[in-house]
Amino acid sequence: MMTYIIYIAFSLMALGMIMSAIRFVKGPTAGDRVVALDTLTTIGVSALVLLAFVFQRFIYVDVALVYAVLGFIGVIVIARYLEGAL
Amino acid sequence: MMAFILILILLALMIAASVYAVRQKDLLYAVIATGIISLVLSILFYLLQAPDVALTEAAIGVALTTIIFVITIRNTVRMEDESDKNKNIKSAAK
Amino acid sequence: MSIMEIIAGILIIIGSIFLFLGALGIYRMPDIYNRLQAGTKATTLGAMSLILGVGFLEPTWMLKSLVLIIFIAYSNPISSHALARATYRRGHYPLILSDDKENMDAYQEVVPHEKEKEEKI
Repeated sequence: MMTYIIYIAFSLMALGMIMSAIRFVKGPTAGDRVVALDTLTTIGVSALVLLAFVFQRFIYVDVALVYAVLGFIGVIVIARYLEGAL
Repeated sequence: MMAFILILILLALMIAASVYAVRQKDLLYAVIATGIISLVLSILFYLLQAPDVALTEAAIGVALTTIIFVITIRNTVRMEDESDKNKNIKSAAK
Repeated sequence: MSIMEIIAGILIIIGSIFLFLGALGIYRMPDIYNRLQAGTKATTLGAMSLILGVGFLEPTWMLKSLVLIIFIAYSNPISSHALARATYRRGHYPLILSDDKENMDAYQEVVPHEKEKEEKI
């Protein structure tokens, strides 16, 4: 039962990653592309935590932790550049 | 089988982002594409059971590369110039 | 299945559905502010629910899951707020259907409101 739940979760996350990538290619402004990057980062952190459960390794959660701590710095730097205040 | 399909989707995403980053004239969009490449590459390292490499790739690729490239774009120009590239090729040919 | 596994399964399914809906909102919304709304709030809830589900599934991982949830809960709104402010200050105003654009904008006195510029953002 748990196996099917994990399959459904990975399928939905892969579909979400593909949709965000399409918005990244299509998006007319720089803001749309940065929003797509932010959504991809959040989906990636969730996928890393679920993969840590699949591999049954406790230490693998640290990668997701580093991503959650550092992932928003790039978005903030690009936003400050767009604002003209960097 | 599930991991194989997941790896195929991630590889396609990474190659598409790389081609986009190379062919894009606006350099800021290329920097954002570099962030996507780093994210997908980190998940791939993770799937290949190398969490230390994934940790390093996450720390360097997301934070440090983006900051350095954006500061470089701020100090130079944002749009890639065609005539500039032709000038470089001509000066290299001499 | 024990009761913890049932709770964890429901939380994981809810989280992945919210992640998918956030990405669908990114794909289908017409404006950058709507895309920010869909792509940041929905994915924050989805990621928090999914990580809490994994914490229920393995009870010894619960402390690190809670730390991860706290980091996501502070980092995602900061980035979305910075991005929305940068977009507004670049002169890209929200897409509204009415013609009465002067009264609909509440931040006029904070940021000088010029007419819509057709510049590259």
